[in-house]
Amino acid sequence: MNAFPEKFDLPDAARPAPQTFSAAPKRIRRQRLSPGTPARYGNLLGPALLLLYWTVLSATGWLDPRTLPAPWTALTTGFDLIRDGRLQEHLAVSAWRAMTGLGFGVAIGTALALVSGLSLLGGYVIDGLVQIKRGIPILALIPFMILWLGIGEAMKITLIATAVFVPVYINTHNALRAIDIRHVELAETVGLSRAQFIRHVVVPGSLPGFLTGLRFGVTSSWLALVVVEQLNATSGIGYMVTLARNYAQTDVMLVGLVVYAVLGFGSDALVRQLERRLLGWRRTLGR
Amino acid sequence: MSAPGHDAPTVRVRDLVRTFTYKGVLNGIDLDIAPGEFVALLGRSGSGKSTLLRALAGIDHEARGTGEISLPERLSVIFQDARLLPWMRVLDNIELGVPAAGTRGREALAEVGLAGRERAWPHELSGGEQQRVALARALVREPKLLLADEPFGALDALTRIQMHTLLRRLVDAHQPAVLLVTHEIDEAILLADRIVLLDDGRLAADLPVELPGQGPARTDRIAALRTRFQRLLGIGEQPDDHHEYAAVGTPPGERHE
Repeated sequence: MNAFPEKFDLPDAARPAPQTFSAAPKRIRRQRLSPGTPARYGNLLGPALLLLYWTVLSATGWLDPRTLPAPWTALTTGFDLIRDGRLQEHLAVSAWRAMTGLGFGVAIGTALALVSGLSLLGGYVIDGLVQIKRGIPILALIPFMILWLGIGEAMKITLIATAVFVPVYINTHNALRAIDIRHVELAETVGLSRAQFIRHVVVPGSLPGFLTGLRFGVTSSWLALVVVEQLNATSGIGYMVTLARNYAQTDVMLVGLVVYAVLGFGSDALVRQLERRLLGWRRTLGR
Repeated sequence: MSAPGHDAPTVRVRDLVRTFTYKGVLNGIDLDIAPGEFVALLGRSGSGKSTLLRALAGIDHEARGTGEISLPERLSVIFQDARLLPWMRVLDNIELGVPAAGTRGREALAEVGLAGRERAWPHELSGGEQQRVALARALVREPKLLLADEPFGALDALTRIQMHTLLRRLVDAHQPAVLLVTHEIDEAILLADRIVLLDDGRLAADLPVELPGQGPARTDRIAALRTRFQRLLGIGEQPDDHHEYAAVGTPPGERHE
């Protein structure tokens, strides 16, 4: 178990003479304060531990299936639902809603952040309104959305988009305002036009914040699904869960939960992958 | 006022006044810089050096003031920090805002001795290398006027000497007019054709450097100018240094033999 070469057993002839001076110069190695380079799939450890914990509790009978069905129940029910074709069908509808809402939300959030961050008047008008929107729960908005937009897809996608645009706006706007004024001065002295300034300074400068906002936004889009798919829906994961609740099918509800968990984790991992690629120029603690 | 020739000045400043709520004041500055002339602007910290330079660079949006400034369209600015955009590779930084740069960016990079580093990220370069990239970024615009705000202030003494040589060579090759803001008397003497001294928002002195080529006459001239500016800056007389660079990079108070 010798980790250090000088502790290997050498034949006597090869053994170096014992050092006679006591204060031999030593190389000082400072305590490393950063956590080091992360392993490729390190983020899977937490979910894997949760799964293990759940499996052990279910297998030993500590966890009553009436409280929470076992993981394999979720698996078998999931397979059944896939064989029926129901799961894919619901998932496709949900994914389309989430992606469309996310697309609109991200576009709106980014555009508002740019206008609000780059023009004083824009900031005066937009920022306060977004803060008001933040304070209004999505559930309180629903009756009005139904009143204005009906009970079809438009209402559902609008609700998802309103849930998404807030974190995208807040984080992008925040990063945009934190852009170093020295970089702005530089842009002025090299004579960049406003469009060039946005492209070369504003967008890359606020990208870290945008990506953080996107991570929140992606998760928000899945969360908003649960709410909107309980409203006059005949398809979607949220509808599937609501229906299962009405018939007390805990296993189907559980499949719904697992699907949400996988979607949430997976889409977040995708955004983080994007983050790593786009922010390769940064030297930070977390890479 | 201006040293070489009778051409129309590259820079013409008349009665420039600037006031800020928090720092920096200029009280009626008149300054001409001839084409190709290298002017050093000396002054204590807080004397208004940077205020004047920022006024010329046109980035003092917060300032209030009056006066006339006439400058060439093509001017470049070098700051104390290299001010490279960290998300752009070196070559993209150099060509920032230059339409159809072609091979000029690469040539400028080679000129500052960094050929082959086109694809490097700014954080991969040392402080001196970053400042050389900033120099390349300034040159690629082929400026008629180069404004430099203590461009070597953040560099170590050795790197600074190399940068002096490089700057002098590049200025000789490209012939822009230069306004170099510095608080280093020796730097001003060795680089500039003319030194103006800013004190309390006014131009307090305006002297041609006129260094002889070499020999004792050169050393004497440097010593005389140094003493003169030390007195003007209120530092007091110091024993003469015999080497031209002996004092560069050393704070005046520590310059004992």
